[in-house]
Amino acid sequence: MTFVAKPKFHHPSIAVNALGFTHRDYEGAMSTLCAGCGHDSITAAILHACFELALPPHRIAKLSGIGCSSKTPTYMLGQSHGFNSVHGRMPSVLTGANLANRDLIYLGISGDGDTASIGFGQFAHVMRRGVNMVYIVENNGVYGLTKGQFSATADRGSKSKKGVGARDEPIDLVAVAIQLGATFVARSFSGDKAQLVPLIKAAFQHRGAAFIDVISPCVTFNNHEGSTKSYDYVREHNIAMSALDFITGQEPIEIDYAEGAAHSVTMHDGATILLRKLDASHDFSDRAAALTMLERCRGTGEIATGLLYLDREAEELHDAMNTTLRPLNELTEAELCPGSKALEAINASLR
Amino acid sequence: MPIEAVNDFVIRFANVNGSGSASANLLFARSILRMGVPIAPRNIFPSNIQGLPTWYEVRVSEEGWLGARGGADILVAMNAQTFAQDVAALEPGGYLFYDSTRPLPPSAIRDDIVALGMPLTEICASQYSEPRLRQLYRNIVYVGALAALLDIDLGVMETLAAERFKGQDKLIEANQRALRIGYDEAASRFACPLGVRVRRSEAVGDRILVEGNFAAALGAVYGGATVCAWYPITPSTSLAEAFERQCARYRIDATGKKNYAILQAEDEIAAIGMAVGAGWNGARAFTATSGPGISLMQEFFGLAYFAEIPVVVFDVQRGGPSTGMPTRTQQSDLLSCAFASHGDTKHVLLIPDGPAEAFDFAAEAFDLAERLQTVVFVMLDLDIGMNSHLSAPFKWDDARTYDRGKVLSFEELEKAPNFGRYDDVDGDGIPYRTLPGGHPTRGAYFTRGTSRDRFARYTEEGLPYIDNMERLEHKFETARGLLPRPLLKRAAKPTRIGVLHYGSTEAPMDEAQQMLERQGTYVDALRIRAFPLAQEVAEFIDGHDRIFVVEQNRDAQMRTLISTDLGVATDRWTPILHYNGMPTSARYIYREIAARLRKPAARQPLEAAE
Repeated sequence: MTFVAKPKFHHPSIAVNALGFTHRDYEGAMSTLCAGCGHDSITAAILHACFELALPPHRIAKLSGIGCSSKTPTYMLGQSHGFNSVHGRMPSVLTGANLANRDLIYLGISGDGDTASIGFGQFAHVMRRGVNMVYIVENNGVYGLTKGQFSATADRGSKSKKGVGARDEPIDLVAVAIQLGATFVARSFSGDKAQLVPLIKAAFQHRGAAFIDVISPCVTFNNHEGSTKSYDYVREHNIAMSALDFITGQEPIEIDYAEGAAHSVTMHDGATILLRKLDASHDFSDRAAALTMLERCRGTGEIATGLLYLDREAEELHDAMNTTLRPLNELTEAELCPGSKALEAINASLR
Repeated sequence: MPIEAVNDFVIRFANVNGSGSASANLLFARSILRMGVPIAPRNIFPSNIQGLPTWYEVRVSEEGWLGARGGADILVAMNAQTFAQDVAALEPGGYLFYDSTRPLPPSAIRDDIVALGMPLTEICASQYSEPRLRQLYRNIVYVGALAALLDIDLGVMETLAAERFKGQDKLIEANQRALRIGYDEAASRFACPLGVRVRRSEAVGDRILVEGNFAAALGAVYGGATVCAWYPITPSTSLAEAFERQCARYRIDATGKKNYAILQAEDEIAAIGMAVGAGWNGARAFTATSGPGISLMQEFFGLAYFAEIPVVVFDVQRGGPSTGMPTRTQQSDLLSCAFASHGDTKHVLLIPDGPAEAFDFAAEAFDLAERLQTVVFVMLDLDIGMNSHLSAPFKWDDARTYDRGKVLSFEELEKAPNFGRYDDVDGDGIPYRTLPGGHPTRGAYFTRGTSRDRFARYTEEGLPYIDNMERLEHKFETARGLLPRPLLKRAAKPTRIGVLHYGSTEAPMDEAQQMLERQGTYVDALRIRAFPLAQEVAEFIDGHDRIFVVEQNRDAQMRTLISTDLGVATDRWTPILHYNGMPTSARYIYREIAARLRKPAARQPLEAAE
């Protein structure tokens, strides 16, 4: 963490996006997390993605549960409304907010304890409802704020800082998300900005439930030998299934990835993802294939990253509910109140 | 002596649930209402779908007493399983109507009642070849028989059947035929009508017969609720379902899209989470639940209190946890709602007495929640919610507008450079809020429980915490002045005896007050309609020496609320408590108050609730 707030002024030649904002306009309050925390890198990647997509900050609503990860919305998007809600219950709060106003961009930030343990039920149901949102789990396999207890994503046999081994089967959030009906599912690593930023951008362009599991080492409680969520371990075991670049109509981005078959994907709003399959066997549009691949990685101890599954034809919750295109929070008496004449008829029917 | 009574009796139907008796019994009740005589129907049903005993009771009262009376003058015994217990509960001189297809031993029938046996099964077997129809129309046949016995106009019943099955001519004809079969069979077997009977009257006026859950749901529609998140739980389920039906009727826009969103959540925690999220984002949102749901939602109630988020919660109160008492009524969630959650919290409660107030308070709850930026509980109970009540008609003033509270618009934010989310600008404890997406550069803030200052900046210091808690306390005092006032029913003569009560106790209390008066005991009665309590409650307590609190719970929860909220000593008060799951009755309240007044006011063991 840094103790010195950054000054507000900036160099005149700093890059501006289509809205005329610099990346500084997407920053939030100073982080209070530990120096070197993976979560801060994710925050930076989110800011970067929002800046590059030129999302209007005030149109983003950022919601979180409780925990180190859930504190991070404070450190980003200072012009956005934020809600640090209840432990494990961000999905329901986000769902309700989305029902009230379908026009905003919803960003849900959670951790592995918040999502895979206390909030597992809400995580499951928000995915199967297809709530239009970007749901990011900052996954370090450990409870940081209460000093280092295992979470449900800790790999079996991995060791805590106090030397205790994880006994139970870990929950693989991406596999669960795919099974439950999430329509954009990706995994990345907080230390791989080149992979993470385009993934977040693509997730924002997806219409439906987009989920990204970001392995994010806890430098204080889960970065030691024996941990499977440490920087060293993840770097050694990461296998990128795909790399992608994200191209909006206005700003093509140069592709600087290694060789591989490029595959372009057009999103709902006309933006394009250029996807580079690094593992030729993986078909990201095939749900069963994605699950098989994850199961295979479980056996080999590899961590598959990249875009794992995408359904471009996804429906979102409001489509299924057939709600009005206007935000519900803008409706007035004229649309909402049936009036006294209708009430008289109701009275008459009850006599 | 057989009971002689015109337009003043209680009839009880003993049925097996799942046998189709409910709609037949409702047809019976409505026919009396159509003859202009006030009725109070009640279902007593098990937490089960098919096969267990269920009772339906109709109190007929020309005078308009609509609370439970206690006892029954006529028994329609259609359940062999409960026959003995049902017969035993019949008033002396009462009438027993039963299926005599299989003869009963004489010992099964008391000497002091009039037994009216009709071979219903045999009659239906001869009229209907299909077993399913025999079962179904057996219920309609006994309703037809009752028309003859009680002098109810058969034409009225036929009209009601025609209205019920409008557009399905075959069903209308079949039901009307079954009614006539029953009527003719009874007329040929018994001396009709009985001493107990119905006579046409004009006593109903413009009143309507309606369930409280329907009324509350309709109030939510009129009050502009757009988001409903709920989880099925007896006895609140029919509230959410009624909301959905009324929205489907009145809230579809010109393009066929819905001006509302209803989500059946995965549990009560998610339901309240969604409602809170929607309230935070500026929609009028609610959930409907009962006691166990209230328990599960506690953490969110606290968050909504501290983060100051408008949300409405309908609590249709019932008996205890698990199965068994969910289909029985109680007023036992008062404390768990008033002080819901951890930390120092207290919440606004609105307590309607029946459907008309349930409608009004439901609509008003959304105004109050947004005005006060907090949770507002509407405290119904199973008796109000799931039973039909003869109620004043619903009223709505088309000039009425919604009070959306202190929400800063884009234009207002332009003029307000120093927006502080928790800044008490007006001195009433209620700060201004902004909605996400409202302004590109102003008004954004971070919502969290506590640990923030007036400008919503994170801090863990003690002084800003205390500052905030004191403002919330001040806001609660502001709320006190905005809520429905209590209603006083003065005795005919000045008295120093006062009764405090609330909710569904209104109807039986009203009657008990009159019963006491007839024997020369005068009591003033004050019905509390909201928490925090109004000044009038304190004045009422000051103005009376002997105080009764009449409640439908074990622990005299309102007494505790009064003591805490007003700081008055309540240890010498006399609680009259009824909590066996049945609605309290006029007879019970009358008897208990009369008995306590004969003895000195002191602590004494309570008699068991009947």
